[in-house]
Amino acid sequence: MSIFIDRSTRLVVQGITGRDGSFHAKQMAAYGTQVVAGVTPGKGGQTFETDDGGSVPIFNTVEEAVQNEGANTSVIYVPPAFAAGAIMEAADAGIEFIAAITEGIPVIDMTRTYAFVQDRGARLLGPNCPGAITPGVAKVGIIPGQITTPGPVGVVSRSGTLTYEAVNQLTEAGIGQTTCVGIGGDPIIGTDFIDTLQAFSDDPDTEAVVMIGEIGGTDEQEAARWVKENMEIPVVGFIAGQTAPPGRQMGHAGAIISGSAGTAEEKMRVFEENGIAVAKRPVDIRILIQEALGL
Amino acid sequence: MDIHEYQAKELFRDSGIPVPPGDVATTPDQAEKIAAGYGGSVVVKAQVHTGGRGKAGGVKLADSAAEAREHASRILGMSIKDLTVQKVLVTPAEDIESEAYVGVLIDRATQAPMFMVSPEGGVDIEEVAATNPEAIRKLRVDPRYGLLPHQAYGLATFLYEDPKLVKQATRIMGQLYRAFTDNACSLAEINPLIVTPGGEVKAIDAKVSIDESALFRLPEVAEFRDLDAEPASETKAREAGLSFVKLDGDVGCCVNGAGLAMATMDLVKYYGGQPANFLDIGGSSNPDKVVAALEIITADPNVKAILFNIFGGITRCDDVANGIVEAARRIDIKPPIVIRLTGTNEEEALQILEEAGFSAFTSMDEVVEKAVELAAQA
Repeated sequence: MSIFIDRSTRLVVQGITGRDGSFHAKQMAAYGTQVVAGVTPGKGGQTFETDDGGSVPIFNTVEEAVQNEGANTSVIYVPPAFAAGAIMEAADAGIEFIAAITEGIPVIDMTRTYAFVQDRGARLLGPNCPGAITPGVAKVGIIPGQITTPGPVGVVSRSGTLTYEAVNQLTEAGIGQTTCVGIGGDPIIGTDFIDTLQAFSDDPDTEAVVMIGEIGGTDEQEAARWVKENMEIPVVGFIAGQTAPPGRQMGHAGAIISGSAGTAEEKMRVFEENGIAVAKRPVDIRILIQEALGL
Repeated sequence: MDIHEYQAKELFRDSGIPVPPGDVATTPDQAEKIAAGYGGSVVVKAQVHTGGRGKAGGVKLADSAAEAREHASRILGMSIKDLTVQKVLVTPAEDIESEAYVGVLIDRATQAPMFMVSPEGGVDIEEVAATNPEAIRKLRVDPRYGLLPHQAYGLATFLYEDPKLVKQATRIMGQLYRAFTDNACSLAEINPLIVTPGGEVKAIDAKVSIDESALFRLPEVAEFRDLDAEPASETKAREAGLSFVKLDGDVGCCVNGAGLAMATMDLVKYYGGQPANFLDIGGSSNPDKVVAALEIITADPNVKAILFNIFGGITRCDDVANGIVEAARRIDIKPPIVIRLTGTNEEEALQILEEAGFSAFTSMDEVVEKAVELAAQA
């Protein structure tokens, strides 16, 4: 089992002819994901060739991809100025799960976009996220497939490469993952920690969860309280940004300490208060998971 | 992107918010001339990207043009929270009957713009929130419909009873919301919103932060960027497409990805060192970015050792390795460099580095410990 993506995932790649979109469409197809369609306005009727000789039809609209190929999941690589529109187009076409990889969508646009997506009943992951991967089954986004392996640990994170670091260490130690989910580093995101933790809780195969957060906002704190109330499986946490100065944006638009709120220290304390084992270094994530699983 | 008070006031004026006139001076002479032009009392206000200007002595009332000149000469060049004052705003002094607070920000929890208003203005709103939370009214704005008339009216009645004041404040709420959305603000604040003895409601201070991601469609707002208000290294980094924040330590860090960059800085501290910077070279595989990153890091005289931590996903390790070798050829790098590369094209990268005389690690802990040790020895 897994969360969000599985064998029934039928993926449409929005922006499939762009630099990032074409590269990752090939990677996702090579991983075994059912890439059933691409969308680039003006290029409908063409096809996209994958590395293994497969041929993916390109449509002008997501609606056509849904009608003709039964797409139920979308991944978005279009440039920031058009990405909010692409998300709403996917939701309007009835796509159930939308992963927005694009970084740099104006936040004010996302406030309207996310409200629209919720009205349509779709699930949005991101934006500014690495997507999700169910090892051995399918990947939607940019997480390198080779660092993952199937197993019992769910991973949810606001970061990209830091997630790879943690997942890689788990894999090297022989501990596999059910699904790895990058929720994104922007202030306004769709699926959040609690949504993902809920999904892991409902997944019978997930036996423990790694939650990787960072400075800024209160999502981690709220998630920690939710964990204490609702989760039966162990959760291991890590927070990046202990050395970050207040008031400065650390790369991610959402990674900023405002006043005294959102510090790493505060988040780690709330984790501990709510029964989440806190890793002091990335390497300790693996060690704490091994302890939690009794390995 | 933070902008100055005088720039924020321009945006507010454009939206119709009543804001007293004002002009910017970079010399005491100019300040005197502006003050003389207004006649009467003026306020001389330091223009720096930080709060607490008043407490630091950066805001002064002057009863004459000569006094304005005196204040300006003291304020210009003074340091407020490590920022040097290079401009002052000279604005006519207003008589104040009452001070209120009005702000709009992006609320992450409710994923929408949020108004915060309080009749207790002129002080730090975080302090009011801590000591007297009932004095603050919050309102989530549905981003699809914007601020509705009855909502604006509701906010205004929380500040004032007099219908004449409520009417003015209602209009200001709508104007502020429009300024906030039109200019893609992450924060737009009027503090204080005053009532004059004549019954006029006016914004006499303004604080605005703009979402950097929206600057591509706001060319006039992008012009507000004050290059003097940020370290030269950060300007260079932005132009090179790098995300960089200067810190006070001596271990220079060059990492791909913001989360991993923060975790690397934290690990430097864990092993007893202090990071000199946050630097995310991003997901691209451009050797030029690596060269720019090394130029920026080595320009900081505090840096005693340089640490690379690269987890290749989209970023190809061999491109980063080529960038390091190229940078070493182009610029004179004095501090020792330690490198950790793992992931996409790791083998090729290790070979490139070895041939150029660099040694590389594959474990993050090892490389950070080594960098801290080298910095301590230097």
